[in-house]
Amino acid sequence: MSLNLILRVGTKLILPFILLFALYVQFHGDFGPGGGFQAGVITAGMVILVAITFGLEAAQRIAPRGLVERMVPIGVLIYAGTGVIGLLLGKNYLDYSVLAHEAAHGRELGIFLIETGVLVTVSGTMTSVFYAFVERGR
Amino acid sequence: MNTVLLTLLAVVTVAVVRQRSLFGVVVLTIIYSFLMASVLIVLDAVDVAMTEASVGAGISTVILLATLHLIKTTEMRPVRPRLLPLFVAAGTGAVLVWGTLVLPPFGTSDAIIHQHVVPRYIADTIKETNVPNVVTSVLADYRGYDTLGETTVIFTAGMGVMLLLRRGRHRGSADREKTSK
Repeated sequence: MSLNLILRVGTKLILPFILLFALYVQFHGDFGPGGGFQAGVITAGMVILVAITFGLEAAQRIAPRGLVERMVPIGVLIYAGTGVIGLLLGKNYLDYSVLAHEAAHGRELGIFLIETGVLVTVSGTMTSVFYAFVERGR
Repeated sequence: MNTVLLTLLAVVTVAVVRQRSLFGVVVLTIIYSFLMASVLIVLDAVDVAMTEASVGAGISTVILLATLHLIKTTEMRPVRPRLLPLFVAAGTGAVLVWGTLVLPPFGTSDAIIHQHVVPRYIADTIKETNVPNVVTSVLADYRGYDTLGETTVIFTAGMGVMLLLRRGRHRGSADREKTSK
């Protein structure tokens, strides 16, 4: 039980920093290593850590199964939808230069949007696959 | 440094093959992933190293352990020694090593792959996209189609796992409706 206590307190202490690091990897991906994929995996890792330490119910209070399963297609839609904007405004599919007045700014914004889509899909997929395995084992 | 890491990789690989307890295999694959991440850092591929550490050592381990929870945890001994797979594996390895002989030497900057579009990407990424990390701008902008495909692959894989593993909740509720009628 004392080991449990250390695990629980340690997990609670480290959780905000994992989430902060995931957000750093996501939004600093333009300048340093990282991006939507890595940030999504780290976010899913945080939910899985909660599930391992506090049980599946606690994890599903933070990330309900309905939400994470919807995130899987939503991310792909964000990505593909960003591409469609370019198509609607008279450029090629996935040409982000139309998103702002200046082409370079538009492409920066486009990269930000599609990285968000990747983050949503990856974190949703990893968490729902984990949930699927755990619920199967019950 | 490279020699040490590659030797350790080979040692861990042999240990994975020899290990019969699947839990032990999972632990060894964590070590393999971290060694691989170190190799990628030595190669200056920090983005890939980060992915290897988080996916290879993190998520894969969790999913493998979750799988072990569902199945037996000891690998069965092979009924008879299988020589054919050994020959196939050794032959494939020999062909791969033979293929590396014609590659340009390790770390050369004037290799063919660095002559085509890479200089343009490196020179123009800040002017064209405002993003200093070339890896991000190539992944998300210049090669946006490929990354869209990768995201779709993740989506498809996730959907496949969910369809296979989740018990048919909808079918169950439909059955219940039938019985209640």
